[in-house]
Amino acid sequence: MTTPTIHHGAMFDTNELVLNMGPQHPSTHGVLRVVLRLDGEKVVDSDVVIGYLHRGIEKLSENRNWTQIVLLTDRMDYVAAATNNVGYCETVEKLLQLEVPRRARYVRTILCELQRIASHCLWIGTHAMDIGAMTVFLYAFRERELILDLFEEFCGARLTYNSMRIGGLPLDVPPGWPKKVLEFCDIMDSKVTEYEELLTHNRIWLERTKGIGVISGPEAIAIGLSGPPLRGSGIPKDVRKDEPYAAYDEMQFDVPIGANGDTYDRYLVRLEEFRQSLRIIRQATEGLPEGPIVGKVPRLIKPAAGETYHAIESPKGELGYFIVSDGKSTNPYRFRVRPPSFCNLQALRRLITGHLVADVVALIGSLDVVLGEVDR
Amino acid sequence: MVDAIVIPLVKIVVVLNATLVAVTYMVLLERKVIAWAQSRLGPMRVGPYGILQPIADAVKLMIKEDITPNRADRWVFTAAPIISMVPALIVYAVIPFGPEISMFGRKVSLYITDINVGLLYVVSVASVGVYGIILAGYASNSKFPLLASLRASAQLISYEVAVTLTLVSVILMAGTLSMVGIVNAQYNQRVWFIFVQPLAFAFVLIGGLAETNRAPFDLPEAEQELTGGFHTEYSGMRFALFFLAEYANMIVVSSVVTTLFLGGWLRPFPNTTHLFGIIPLRPLDFVPSWIWFFLKSFAFLYLFIWVRATLPRYRYDQLMRLGWKVLIPLAIVNLVVTGIVKVLLL
Repeated sequence: MTTPTIHHGAMFDTNELVLNMGPQHPSTHGVLRVVLRLDGEKVVDSDVVIGYLHRGIEKLSENRNWTQIVLLTDRMDYVAAATNNVGYCETVEKLLQLEVPRRARYVRTILCELQRIASHCLWIGTHAMDIGAMTVFLYAFRERELILDLFEEFCGARLTYNSMRIGGLPLDVPPGWPKKVLEFCDIMDSKVTEYEELLTHNRIWLERTKGIGVISGPEAIAIGLSGPPLRGSGIPKDVRKDEPYAAYDEMQFDVPIGANGDTYDRYLVRLEEFRQSLRIIRQATEGLPEGPIVGKVPRLIKPAAGETYHAIESPKGELGYFIVSDGKSTNPYRFRVRPPSFCNLQALRRLITGHLVADVVALIGSLDVVLGEVDR
Repeated sequence: MVDAIVIPLVKIVVVLNATLVAVTYMVLLERKVIAWAQSRLGPMRVGPYGILQPIADAVKLMIKEDITPNRADRWVFTAAPIISMVPALIVYAVIPFGPEISMFGRKVSLYITDINVGLLYVVSVASVGVYGIILAGYASNSKFPLLASLRASAQLISYEVAVTLTLVSVILMAGTLSMVGIVNAQYNQRVWFIFVQPLAFAFVLIGGLAETNRAPFDLPEAEQELTGGFHTEYSGMRFALFFLAEYANMIVVSSVVTTLFLGGWLRPFPNTTHLFGIIPLRPLDFVPSWIWFFLKSFAFLYLFIWVRATLPRYRYDQLMRLGWKVLIPLAIVNLVVTGIVKVLLL
């Protein structure tokens, strides 16, 4: 038994308060658990606990054949399923050294960017909701619905699309679909301005986000951040520009970066990404080439022995697949994902220390993690 | 006998019931208005356009299991919702809904009572309500409610000072603390006090939002941070009492602001027959006084809801800063300037 600490001359003993936030909490974006050690409302230290959504997707994949895995990748970042599909299929194509037809690459680009907008819609909605602005949430979901409708028309599903095949696409785009995509772009343009009007110059929003969770560029690299959190710190790194995949080498777009690396900059970066994504979608849809949608895929997919790593820019950051094939079986020997959310979540403890409880939820939202991807 | 007992009793019963009905329908109004702001429909299932929703809500809350957590302080836990509800209701005793009118051959005043310290009564009783929140947080024996109750007490202290200081400048203008007297002062001076005390109006409005724990100052129940705040552990009818108290307080604040700054039951341009000597204002007199009162209060309630649909939430320390570093100094300046002007000009 330990003797209780006695503070001479002090009337009250002061203690740190340990507050368990999650896994059941309205704003931990799924099943993230953060154990906070508080001094009043100030976070002294914290412990980020993950694993509540672990389904063993990587291990499962090692026991499925190559085509079946596409469906499993849907379930990682479930708000950006198409991006995951593209990432996986391109990795296998790299392993097979397969040429993908230009039309398929264009459609992949369109889908990836639509998915980025859908994911950012969900982010801006929940991020604003965490900070207390609940109207933005419903506005953003209204627009996300339009994207889900486009996806539904393309592949029949609204959340987990299974929308890619190794070597190309399962189906060609339906007639009239490109026109609808362009119409959506026009609607979305004005809606992004609407979000901006609600938040960007709102005094309370500025006070809640400026100078909160500042992380410098070199530190962000050291932690391993990628995507908007990294670009918010002023590092112009984007896989779409650096190692173009799909049809990004043929697209004109800018990579927005922030200056201070705070929550507000990450917000501005993502907001600008809405616009850049729309720009890419317009280019890709207007220049959509004719031609086949699937390359010369062998009947039995069985890549030669070897390993490869291929990364794409998912809405959350660098989504990488590392796959080892033993050249004998029809399933990967080793399947490993580098999920952007997992790596970005490393920064959480560093970001929230010294801030208040209210900032913790703002910062979780600012990193835009999806727990399905963190735990896999 | 009739004048001394029966009429006041009737008035109390009417006001109490009207308040409770108004409060339940405020909940529906809020859901509807926010839904419209967010391009939704809001409740549509119970009754046409969801107008019976409050009844369904009340029935649901009453038949829900009433849970007291094992480790809670049983008595305080039970008392807290009552402590928060009762002050919200008894404030209505001094709120003037209209002047004296004749009804059934009798002179009846449209307020329960008019005491000479009316405004002081409102301020002091309204601030008792926050004890409910503080005690609820303490008695729940749970960490989220505890943080919420700390926030609530800090918030109340900082805003109570600012609002009360601001109210003093209104009292200076009116020369009385009686609620009826303040309205009559606006009648005699032929102007609503919002035009002579615009700063005070703004402070009281902001302070009112903060004291009723409404967005953007709804920190004690910040759902996204504290999972519901002080009422996390409450369920059933006790939860409903907190909920109703919040809305009753909203109505109180809007009634008080209406009385102090918008001339209470007075029509626009009180005690003036012709605007700029040309436009006749007599037709406005045909609208009963209490309708003016309700229209003005409703406008404030709508504003409260609108604010909630629009603004993000302040952080705890920012809220404190706004209270102590901005509102209180400005309230003092406003008070001093009002005093000087009053002495020099009148």
